[in-house]
Amino acid sequence: MKFLLDDTRRRALRIILVALLAVFGGLSVSAPALGDSVGEEYSATVFGNVKIDGEPIAGVRIVVDGGGYTAETVTDSDGRWSIGVPEVRNYNVTLDESTLPEGISVLEGGATQEVEFGLTDRVAKNFFIGEGERNETSIFDQIVSRFIYGINFGLMLGLAAVGVSLVFGTTGLSNFSHGEMVTFGAVAALIFGVGLQLPLFIAIPIAVALSAGLGWSLDAGLWRPLRKKGLGIVQLMIVSIGLSLTMRYIIQFVIGGGTEQLPGFDSPKINLFGAVALSSTDLMSMGLSIVVIIAFAYWLLRTKTGKATRAISDNPDLAAASGIDVDKVIRIVWIMAASLAGLAGVLWAYFRPGIKWDMGTQILLLIFAAVTLGGLGTAFGALIGALIVGVLVEMSGLIIPADLKYVGALVVLIVVLLVRPQGLLGRKQRVG
Amino acid sequence: MSNNEKPQKTTDLHIGDAVPGCKKKDPMLVIDHVKKTFGGLTAVDVEHLEIPSGVITALIGPNGAGKTTLFNLLTGFDTPDTGAWSFMGTSLSGVPSFKVAQMGQVRTFQLTKALSLLTVIENMKLGAKGQSGESIFRALFPGFWKKQDEDIEVKAMELLKRFKLDTKKDDFAASLSGGQRKLLEMARALMTDPTLVMLDEPMAGVNPALTQSLLDHVISLKGEGMTVLFVEHDMHMVRHIADWVVVMAEGKVVAEGPPETVMKEQAVIDAYLGAHQETDLGEVTGRINIIKGEDK
Amino acid sequence: MDWGSILNNTLAGFLTPTTIAFALAALGLAMHFGFAGLLNFGIAGFMAIGGYGYAISVLTFGLPWWAGMLVGVLGSVVFALILGIPTLRLRGDYLAIATIAAAEIARLLFLTTAFTDVTGSADGLFGFNSRPDGSGFQNSNPIPQGTYGFGPFTYNEQTLWVLVFGLIVLTVAVWFLWALMRSPWGRVIKGIREDEEAVRSLGKNVFAYKLQALVIGGVFGALGGIIYTAAQNISPGVYVTSLTFFIWTSLLLGGAATIFGPVIGAVIFWVIQAFLSNLLPALSTSGILPVSTTQASTLRFVLVGIGLMLLVIYRPQGIFGDKRELTFVK
Ligand SMILES: Nc1ncnc2c1ncn2[C@@H]1O[C@H](COP(=O)(O)OP(=O)(O)OP(=O)(O)O)[C@@H](O)[C@H]1O
Ligand SMILES: [Mg+2]
Repeated sequence: MKFLLDDTRRRALRIILVALLAVFGGLSVSAPALGDSVGEEYSATVFGNVKIDGEPIAGVRIVVDGGGYTAETVTDSDGRWSIGVPEVRNYNVTLDESTLPEGISVLEGGATQEVEFGLTDRVAKNFFIGEGERNETSIFDQIVSRFIYGINFGLMLGLAAVGVSLVFGTTGLSNFSHGEMVTFGAVAALIFGVGLQLPLFIAIPIAVALSAGLGWSLDAGLWRPLRKKGLGIVQLMIVSIGLSLTMRYIIQFVIGGGTEQLPGFDSPKINLFGAVALSSTDLMSMGLSIVVIIAFAYWLLRTKTGKATRAISDNPDLAAASGIDVDKVIRIVWIMAASLAGLAGVLWAYFRPGIKWDMGTQILLLIFAAVTLGGLGTAFGALIGALIVGVLVEMSGLIIPADLKYVGALVVLIVVLLVRPQGLLGRKQRVG
Repeated sequence: MSNNEKPQKTTDLHIGDAVPGCKKKDPMLVIDHVKKTFGGLTAVDVEHLEIPSGVITALIGPNGAGKTTLFNLLTGFDTPDTGAWSFMGTSLSGVPSFKVAQMGQVRTFQLTKALSLLTVIENMKLGAKGQSGESIFRALFPGFWKKQDEDIEVKAMELLKRFKLDTKKDDFAASLSGGQRKLLEMARALMTDPTLVMLDEPMAGVNPALTQSLLDHVISLKGEGMTVLFVEHDMHMVRHIADWVVVMAEGKVVAEGPPETVMKEQAVIDAYLGAHQETDLGEVTGRINIIKGEDK
Repeated sequence: MDWGSILNNTLAGFLTPTTIAFALAALGLAMHFGFAGLLNFGIAGFMAIGGYGYAISVLTFGLPWWAGMLVGVLGSVVFALILGIPTLRLRGDYLAIATIAAAEIARLLFLTTAFTDVTGSADGLFGFNSRPDGSGFQNSNPIPQGTYGFGPFTYNEQTLWVLVFGLIVLTVAVWFLWALMRSPWGRVIKGIREDEEAVRSLGKNVFAYKLQALVIGGVFGALGGIIYTAAQNISPGVYVTSLTFFIWTSLLLGGAATIFGPVIGAVIFWVIQAFLSNLLPALSTSGILPVSTTQASTLRFVLVGIGLMLLVIYRPQGIFGDKRELTFVK
């Protein structure tokens, strides 16, 4: 364990080297950080229940393998089993039928079945055995636990979504590079928390501060000049796509194609009630999100800049005419958007878990879904939208295959666009 | 036509007294209980209104009276909260805007919608109705539409001459001036051969000489049997060409009648015209006297 | 560094099945965005449906190759209708988000393990171009076995067959788009791009025109996916949003509101890609560029991103577009 941790640190140091190299154009040759190595206690888990007619079967051998990793276990007296896995990827789960009681076998899908993780780090795999009846005792627990997971995910998504919404409201830009601002926060936390081994309570604020700096420099160096140049919103949108590609591949250049972990990502789950088990990071993540969101709401509703922001979203010309320094407010909006995205990135890194170069892109569409659901340009709408999307994504896993959870949210996005194009809290525009 | 020659006015359009909502002998548009609110604001609330056929009707009223909104409702660009209206006897409630236009009720926009990256002549040709080359299968083979397209071009050029845009034929509409865009939009609407043309402030920003010639054109359209409904803030123009005037304020029709009488009504003067309509603005504000004083 | 082979590989980028596929897809986007003003960010979805429609019909339903390709095309028509009927009434930027979401839905449906039997999930499908029963695309190859061409343009009979077929399809598509855009139909479409309310006020059924444009561009996209698939196996990892963005880059390189721009843009894109993907690793192995070879090949995508930004900022009409006819109106 100790050794492995050291190894992680060494590798992270190498990441910093490469990062500095990328920044300063240094000369030493360095290998990219590839692959993955985690501690013995993985936070990603494949679990299940072996029961027949509601009766648990103990001692059934289950094997999980995939990605060069193999582990096995036997079911306990409640018929439960659970295997930690190093990566959030597809695994083959095999139920050793010879360990089942006489005359009972897997009825559907064969003794070896594939599982795929959705957006969380836990995935259930239950086999239809005997008469093929699925165990239903835990359905309610599952609903509750997924709901709570969904809230957690939704809060994180909300942090990212308000930024998109604020930027859209004040500048009209649908920012496709927001996903990379999310990744940036996570990578910054990785560099300081793992590479430089700073404690997290220092590393995360630094990551958020760096994100704020990113927001500032993007506005100062790119968006403001482009606004001055008078680029149309479609043009700006495509520029943001170019920026997204650029940032995404720079990040891949720096950290490589593998998955990295932040310290404490594998903190054990605490059984709260029923089947609801949350780790301390989950709880802290939710607490942090709520505090930040409240602070954000205060900022938007009570402070001068917040009010100015809303005024600009309402009517930019009027706001400018009434003496609001639109450029200054937009600058602040970019800084806000980037810092919230950066924080969301850190939380997303714990939620997935892992830091990967395209992690931001993975949730960009969910962020858009949240923002659209709430009504483009309304910050609180985005928050509500994010919670709905978060819960929906998690809950839909109960009904549809885990790897289609995303689809559910995207379908809802399209349906919402049809029924209420202006979103939940948006307003219609004047025609003619 | 010179200025001192008065255009032939059509009179005796209504049945009974010329009060708001009075019946017309030959109505083209009949509007009943049309109401539209935006949040708490009632933009349009028309109890009953008939627009007479074959004549020129002006719709006037203060800013924000709901004139443009009423246009939007009547042409299907917006849906009212309640109400029904019919065009030449056909109910138009719920009919999409393009069908309304196909039926011959064509409108222009207050905020000009020139198709910037099409040339002036393309803008015009787009207006023509019933083009066989607009169906996707026939579009592929010029044999189906070449001849018709040439005829349309001839017609478009005639109109462009009238609107003094013929020299701009091959320029992108984006390069036109504000007034020229207004003209182009009006000419484009006329390319559809409308039965009822609804013009939202057609002459705003058009220079006086051209306004005069276009007004003559509008009057000649009336001669060809076209019905015109227009919104205008220029009272000289309203007096000059309108056969009938409808006055709106705060969403309601507050007065209607022939221009000479309606403009003398106290309600209209209070709500819209103001007490000094006949006097020069300079005298009203007193600035002319001050300037005169300085000159001495 | 072996400049000879770098040059050779770069030139080879001119004409490959991938280049043709990109040209077709970019032509579809030109119809959507350049002419009709529809912000379609889901062209990868249309390509995926074309490719999968072809592969699945051949493998699962045993159709001959041409029927399979037709199914792919029909699939994209259905996709365009399902997508268009509800979303074409939306404002431009909403349409962008709806299309990108729809393309992702399509990809995830091809990726999910729920339909592995049909789609092959993450592994994709293979073995549909040559069929044991002789009904495959390569079974109908009229070109005798052998090596053809010269220098960088040397192909075996299989690739050559894909290229010939692809070029025929591309030519027809270019003609089709050209014929449409010079007609009154094209005038209405361009009018819609500029201001759909104005076109509506002239009595044109804007929605129907937009739907037609979406279907036509979508079919071009599907044909691109089919040509791509006719040259190799199909796997869902190809049809990610990055593919959409690369095709946008090709389109904007050539000029969005032009007929030949998208084709030339696709060629330029792939020549540059081929050049960079050979040059950068070579620079890295020879120690000129102080990065690993993996990093060196990542760099070229960074350059694509930067290129896209510069292009949109400084030359939005593309290399061949009319300076005055910028397509970015709003
Ligand atoms: N889409 C909308 N949302 C909210 N309010 C609207 C909308 N459209 C119009 N209004 C309001 O409805 C009222 C009537 O507007 P309208 O444009 O019809 O006025 P108008 O009579 O055309 O004025 P003007 O002479 O200045 O053109 C105004 O108070 C306007 O603010
Ligand atoms: Mg108005």
